Order: sequence, then structure tokens, then C-alpha cells
Amino acid sequence: MKGKMAIVGDGDSIMVFKAAGVSTFAAEDEKKAREILRKIAKEYKIVFLTENLARPLGEFLKRFDEEPYPVIVSVPAAGGSEGYGYDVLKNAMERALGVDILFRKD
Amino acid sequence: MARLNVNPTRMELKKLKARLSTAVRGHKLLKDKSDEMVRRFSAILKKTKALREEVEQELSSTLRQFAVARSVTPAHEAEAAFSMPSVAVAAECDTESIMGVDVPSVTLSSEKRSDGLPYAYSEITGEADYSVGKAAALLPRMVELACSEKSVRMLAEEIERNKRRVNALEYVMIPQLEETIKYIKDKLDENERAAVVRLMKVKSKA
Repeated sequence: MKGKMAIVGDGDSIMVFKAAGVSTFAAEDEKKAREILRKIAKEYKIVFLTENLARPLGEFLKRFDEEPYPVIVSVPAAGGSEGYGYDVLKNAMERALGVDILFRKD
Repeated sequence: MARLNVNPTRMELKKLKARLSTAVRGHKLLKDKSDEMVRRFSAILKKTKALREEVEQELSSTLRQFAVARSVTPAHEAEAAFSMPSVAVAAECDTESIMGVDVPSVTLSSEKRSDGLPYAYSEITGEADYSVGKAAALLPRMVELACSEKSVRMLAEEIERNKRRVNALEYVMIPQLEETIKYIKDKLDENERAAVVRLMKVKSKA
């Protein structure tokens, strides 16, 4: 099964990926991003979403967890990482295991 | 614990005993499944975290570098230069099964780019070439991260669901069945005793 990749984010963060061969969709705020995601979820298998957009859409993104595809994953935006990716991991870990095995400071 | 609403008969007793043994066996199986899923989950979780650290670091530096490269070219020129991708990255998407959960598994088909920069060298500074190359090199790892993070999320969901099943069996279904079986046994014994006593009384009168 062939799949396409896309990246959704603000203009500065995604332009470099356009040159690398990934379809890009510019979205300046979460509302626009949600619209775009709805539209492209069927067509694209892997969607990168910049962190600043992924964080407010957390609840919306949960509905994609039922099926293997599309894979939607957050990446840091041009402004640098805000740690949202770790929050996602932490959340999943707490739900599944109930204990912190990664981020615990001993 | 409430007992089930059944008639205290031998038939019911037999049925309930069969149900109890199925429930116990199912509980054991689900518990084993849960243990194994947690083990796999921990491994994937650790891998994902390491991968994310790597990707975030590299990507941040790539983007920073790209911002610098872009700042020396006028915005509309950069826009035009970058908006014609010369390479199309294709991903081969499959699913693999981890403990019965279908998780994505993607391999990037490596159509080797022929130095695939989408613009003429004269248009953009060398800095940009470098960051585009870096972004392209980072892509496989980003895809890997995407897959394993998705696996983490899906497995977490499945583990939670499984835990709920195990608990329902352990704390609701099995006690309920046990109590009902005990109730029926008591009732049947009671009936038997009553019958014996009745017989003795009848005999002593005769």
C-alpha cells in the first residue's frame, strides 16, 4: 500500500519539507488546521503537525488512534520544541501502566 | 455481591459451573495478555522517547538553520524556489500486529534522489541546500517516530481496555458466579435434608 506524507504547520516551519518532497499545507491557527486535517486524513497516510497546532487539537487527534492510518504526529515548529511530544508519551504511559517509568527523577 | 437471579435447580448449577470455569480461564488468558502487552509497550515507549529526543533536536537545528538561510533571500523568491519539489518521497505503508493490535509500519521507498534540490544554485544560498539535505535525511527517522508513537498510543488504549476486561471478570463476574453456585448448592442441600426428615417422620408414624 503506497502512502503519501504531508506536513501541516505555519509557513516558516514547513517550507523546508516541501523541498524535501513532503506535501505541505499551511495553517495559521488550530481551526484551519482542523479543517485541513479533516480534508487530508483520507488521502495521506502520515501527517506531521507542528506542535503549536497539535497541542490545542489534542482531543481531536484522539479519534485517529482507533485505526492504524492515518498517522498524525507532532513535530517541533520553527520556534523550537515545547515538549508536547513528551506529554503525549507521558499521557499514554500513565494510562497504560499507571506508573512513570521514563520521566521519573530519582 | 449480588447473586444472579436463577432458579436453584441442578440444571442451573451445572450451567453456572461451566460458565465459571470459562470465566476463570478467560481471566487467566487476559491477564497473561495484559502482562505481555505491558512488556512490549515499555520497550516501544523507551524506543519512542529516544527517537523523539533525537528528532526534536535535529529538527530544531535544521529549522533554525533554514530560517537563517531564508532570511538572506527575499521572501517571495524563496517561496517560489521551494514550492516546486523535485523529489517525491513515497512511503510503503503496512500494518503489523503487536499482540493483536494492528499498528502501522512504514518503510520509505528509497528512490535515491539525484541530488534533488528543487532550485537552481544561483537562487538560494548554500546554507539552504544544507538544511534541505538535512531535512531529507531526517525524514526516515521522523517517519519511524510517527509509527512508533502511534503504536504507543494504540497499545496504551488496548492495554486500558484489556485491564477493564480483566477487572470486570475478576471483581464482578467471577464472584457473582461463585456466590450463585454456593446459593444453589445450599438450597439443594436444604431440600435434600427436608426430604430425609419428611421420610423419617412418615416412617416413624407407620
